[in-house]
Amino acid sequence: MLRHRVIPSLLIRNDGLVKTTQFAKSSYVGDPINAVKIFNEKEVDELIVLDIDATRDGRAPNFALAEELADECFMPLCWGGGIRSVEDAKTLFSLGIEKVAIRSAALDNPGIMRAIADRAGEQAVVASIDVKKSFFGGMHLVNGTGTKDKRRWQDALQSAVAHGAGEVLLMSVDHDGMRSGMNLDLIREASALVEVPLIAGGGIGKTEHIREAVDAGADAVAAGAWCVWQGPQKAVLITYPRYEELTALWD
Amino acid sequence: MRTAIVSAGLGNVKSVKRMIDHIGGDADLVDTPARLKDYSHIILPGVGAFDHGMDLLAQQGWDAEICKAAKERGQIVMGICLGMQLLLRGSEEGARPGLNLIGGDVKRLESQDGSRIKVPHIGWSVTRPTQKSPLFDISDEELRYYFVHGYSAHCDDEADVYARVDYGGPVVASIGRGNVMGAQFHPEKSHRFGMALFTKFAKLS
Repeated sequence: MLRHRVIPSLLIRNDGLVKTTQFAKSSYVGDPINAVKIFNEKEVDELIVLDIDATRDGRAPNFALAEELADECFMPLCWGGGIRSVEDAKTLFSLGIEKVAIRSAALDNPGIMRAIADRAGEQAVVASIDVKKSFFGGMHLVNGTGTKDKRRWQDALQSAVAHGAGEVLLMSVDHDGMRSGMNLDLIREASALVEVPLIAGGGIGKTEHIREAVDAGADAVAAGAWCVWQGPQKAVLITYPRYEELTALWD
Repeated sequence: MRTAIVSAGLGNVKSVKRMIDHIGGDADLVDTPARLKDYSHIILPGVGAFDHGMDLLAQQGWDAEICKAAKERGQIVMGICLGMQLLLRGSEEGARPGLNLIGGDVKRLESQDGSRIKVPHIGWSVTRPTQKSPLFDISDEELRYYFVHGYSAHCDDEADVYARVDYGGPVVASIGRGNVMGAQFHPEKSHRFGMALFTKFAKLS
C-alpha cells in the first residue's frame, strides 16, 4: 500500500526560514540548514523548500543554499523559487535536488516544464499553483508576484499537467498558516481534474486534517505552520508526527 | 571494496554518493566507461525515459562496458530505478533493447485488482522481500522505500524477484540474478532503510 506523503514545506526569505500567514506577515523561524537536519532525523517523507522572494526580486535560485540543504537530506527534496530556465533546473539536479517546483514560469512559459521533463523525467517537475478566495465568491489564481491572475485555476492546473508536470502542489492561500483544516472543496475539485499525484497545501493543524484531505482526494499533503509552530502563540518548534501516528490514520 | 557510480547523465548521482559516503563506503562518480574495471562494485542510477537512458549509455560505450563488467569480470552491478529497468530486455516505454543482463521486460504500471491507482507511483511503500537475497534479509522489520516510477519489471524467472510492493496488485520492487541486481525504488532517498541496503550491497563480494 502506498502511504500518503506528509511533506514539510519550508519557506526561505533572505536565506532564513520563515513562515507566512495567508501568504503574508512572514515571521522568522530559524536557520534552514538546522531545520532540514532536524527533519532528516525525524525521517520525513519528503521536503519542499520554496524561496518565496526569488521571483519577485528577479533572482536565480540560491544554488549554494540548495546544495547545503541537499547535503543534509536522505529523503527527496523539492526546490522552488527563481527557476526560469532548463539550465537552472539542471544545475539544481546536479546539486542533489530531486524535483523542481515551477510556479510563475508555469503560468508564463509552460513549455519550460516539458523541456525539464524531457531531460529529467516528469516526476522531477512539480507545478506549483496557488489559489485564493475571490471577494465575490469562487476561487482565483495567484501568480508569482502574489497578485491576482485572470486565468482560471482549473485551466492552469490542467495546462501544467499537459505540459509535463508529474505532480501538482496546490496551495490554498486563505488557509496558509491558519492550522484550522484544509480547503476540502478545492481538493475535491482539483483531484478530479488531474491524473497525476496532487499535493495539497494550506491549513493542516492536526493529523485529522491530513486524513480529511486524503479522503477528499489529495495524494499527499504539504504542511507548513504545523511543522514549525507550536501552540496559539506560534512558538517556533520543528516537529513532525511519528510514523506510527501517520499509519494509524489509515487503519 | 570500491564502488563506481555511473555518471552518464542518467540521474541524480550525487545523492547516491552522499549516502554511500555517509555509511562509510568508498564511492566515486565515474564518467569514463573504461574506468569501471577499476572497481569491485558498480551502481547504475537513472531516472527518465527508457530510450533516453539507453541512448546515453550507448553514447560513450557504457552499455558494452557494463555488460562486460557483469558477465566477463564478475563485478557486482546494481541498477536503481530506471537503472534497474535498463538491466532487462526492453520496455513498453520505448523501442530500444535493454542491457539484457536479467531476463524480463518492463511494462506500464496498471491496476491489477481494480483499485484506482495514480501513475506514476510516487511515495513511500512498504516493501516485502520474497526471498533471502543479496539485498534483503527476511525479517519482521517493516521495510519502506521511496518509489517514483510509471513502469515496472516483469521477470521471466520468478527466482529473479527479490522484493515486491503492493500498488494496485503486486509490483516488482527489486530483482537480481547472480552478481547483477536492481532496485525500482530509491535507496539513496530512503533514510535508514536505504542506508541498510547500501551497507549490505557494499559488503557483497
